Amino acid sequence: MAFKQYILVCGGTACDSNHGVELSKALKSELETAGLKDDVQIVRTGCLGFCEKGPIVKILPENTFYVCVGPDDAREIVQEHLVKGRVVDRLLYNHKQGKSLVDIEGIDFYQKQFRIVLRNCGVIDPDKIDDYIAREGYQALEKVLFAMKPADVVAEVLKSGLRGRGGAGFPTGKKWEFAAAQPKGQKYMVCNADEGDPGAYMDRSTLEGDPHSVLEAMMIAGYAIGASKGFIYIRAEYPLAVQRLETAIAAAREYGLMGENILGSDFSFDIEIRLGAGAFVCGEETALLASIEGNRGMPRPRPPFPAVKGLWGRPTVINNVETLANIPVIINRGAEWFSKIGTADSKGTKVFALTGKVNNSGLIEVPMGTTLREIIFEIGGGIKDGRQFKAAQTGGPSGGIIPPQFLDTPIDYGSLAKIGSIMGSGGLIVMDDTDCIVDIAKFYLDFTVDESCGKCAPCRIGGRKLLTYLTRISDGRGQRKDIEDMKNISDAMARASLCGLGQTASNPVQSSLRYFMDEYLEHIDGQKCRAGKCKKLVKFLIHEDKCVGCTLCARNCPVSCIAGSVKKPHVIDQSKCIKCGVCFEKCKFGAITRG
Amino acid sequence: MAKLTLEGLRKLREEKKQSMDLRDSDNKNVQIVVGMGTCGIAAGAKDTFGTLIDVLAEKGIVNVLVRQTGCMGLCHSEPTVEVVVPDMPTVIYGNVDAKVARDIVEKHVIAHTLLDNHICDKPAIDIVK
Repeated sequence: MAFKQYILVCGGTACDSNHGVELSKALKSELETAGLKDDVQIVRTGCLGFCEKGPIVKILPENTFYVCVGPDDAREIVQEHLVKGRVVDRLLYNHKQGKSLVDIEGIDFYQKQFRIVLRNCGVIDPDKIDDYIAREGYQALEKVLFAMKPADVVAEVLKSGLRGRGGAGFPTGKKWEFAAAQPKGQKYMVCNADEGDPGAYMDRSTLEGDPHSVLEAMMIAGYAIGASKGFIYIRAEYPLAVQRLETAIAAAREYGLMGENILGSDFSFDIEIRLGAGAFVCGEETALLASIEGNRGMPRPRPPFPAVKGLWGRPTVINNVETLANIPVIINRGAEWFSKIGTADSKGTKVFALTGKVNNSGLIEVPMGTTLREIIFEIGGGIKDGRQFKAAQTGGPSGGIIPPQFLDTPIDYGSLAKIGSIMGSGGLIVMDDTDCIVDIAKFYLDFTVDESCGKCAPCRIGGRKLLTYLTRISDGRGQRKDIEDMKNISDAMARASLCGLGQTASNPVQSSLRYFMDEYLEHIDGQKCRAGKCKKLVKFLIHEDKCVGCTLCARNCPVSCIAGSVKKPHVIDQSKCIKCGVCFEKCKFGAITRG
Repeated sequence: MAKLTLEGLRKLREEKKQSMDLRDSDNKNVQIVVGMGTCGIAAGAKDTFGTLIDVLAEKGIVNVLVRQTGCMGLCHSEPTVEVVVPDMPTVIYGNVDAKVARDIVEKHVIAHTLLDNHICDKPAIDIVK
């Protein structure tokens, strides 16, 4: 017995609640009527992530994707598609024409993701160099060494429009051009793998899943700028990534793809790994270089830029992991191919670590220009527990908080800057109505204050001051005047700080003040936190008239501060209450209020 | 292994490409690929991997190659496992614990049926042809 076709019916919660179960039954009985039950298997799947258009039905092996399928459509799918082999057009997902930014043939029309950086992640065995080679691996290196001059390589990368994926978005080709223009002599190529934003793990996953792509790119860059030595600066807290890199470097050396006279050419290049201790500031390029040199990781004023005076005073290019992973593909397919993907000012794709209150958290790669709505509601499957979307945060502690009115903003460097956030390295945190904006801003400031190296006053003192104000507001001791002060401090920090850490540290505060002022004022004037996150402003009360004395709250209270006997109204001892909210969630009679 | 020359690299690429396309190395025509990034391992991918090996040995199945890969991006459904069986659609299963791993061998590899409630969508098309 072998099935010829398979009907996949999405079994996610959202699809199920939308008659998914009846749909499966209807399909089953239709198959029996058509006499196909031994040829076609109906399979319930996990959530396919496209909950907005559920229930989803997919037919394998032809991979037809039907959306919004109801039990009434079962007959047509079976009779038309399975019996006669004709696709049911009206159930296909109508791709919004003209909106698509991917102009690459063959992309499945419903698929939002497009994988350049992650092309090998989840496909090859990262510990096997042969797997990488089989998938165009080291083909780009081969091409540059034997068919391109260094200047051609720089020109190609420049033409591709690739911009740095580490946060600031500086054109990669420009960086290479500066370094290549420096007089001959010792130059260095550095890979910045010091990924430190809370919630971000794009670079870790890339290195764990496809270490050779980064090695190959570093050698290509080395060839382009005239460097013979590379360093990968990676944090020690990524042991698996470090281990896979070590394996990859050893394998490349053994094959003669790294070291002296690579593939018999004149070009020699070698790579060393340097472990960082996990300081956030060491992701800043000058601090990173100081750390590689064995000094304390602190930034220095620029210029001179590292491309002119970097590691040990020599010209140095520093590129982030994701930036580099793009390089072999750009060389193989050409700048023109690459520059067709994305928007006018941002080419290619961007990898995001999608986390927070979203159903399908994960590592995603989308063409630049994809909207937040597509990412959160189509790829991410919407907000957890059917709650309300409140805000999204990109760029980690350096980024801004994006309110719902910008859900349809295309994500690229320019658009994000316009709404007060940054692309950042790719952390994308989704928040719902149980998150408090003041609390979120406080969380990020707490992080940057902790991670500030203390070298310059605006960052060291300004950050601390902002945190003091935020703490005061979340404790209910804030004043209207604090808001003006916070704006001034934020502005000073952004203008006067020495490095990116301080310049962007106030972004969460500035953007939240801009879009969620009402919530700040609620905390200040009304001593109220609508999300119930600011503990000093929250009070749980049991209403005598509604309490039936079921004892559920008292039994669940972790600090046993609820008293009362069975069938008699209960009372919370406010002096002992830790404001955890368990009683509020447990009460089945709505007798407990949060105020 | 000796250092590769340009021709050597090209030859190796062709060879390996063919074996990856056919998915047929050492007479193993079925592949089970386990996502072993940090996220997968944290969710129990090592147990999944171990169980797959054990159950295959227990059943005396020798044509299955079990290998590891990095993160597929479906972190919400780790551990994830891709199953490639000739004449069947290639599918990705999510939330594969030891029990599901056993089901994969018994129901998918042996009985040629797909498993309920664990199939995930492949995140994107493959740009490498």
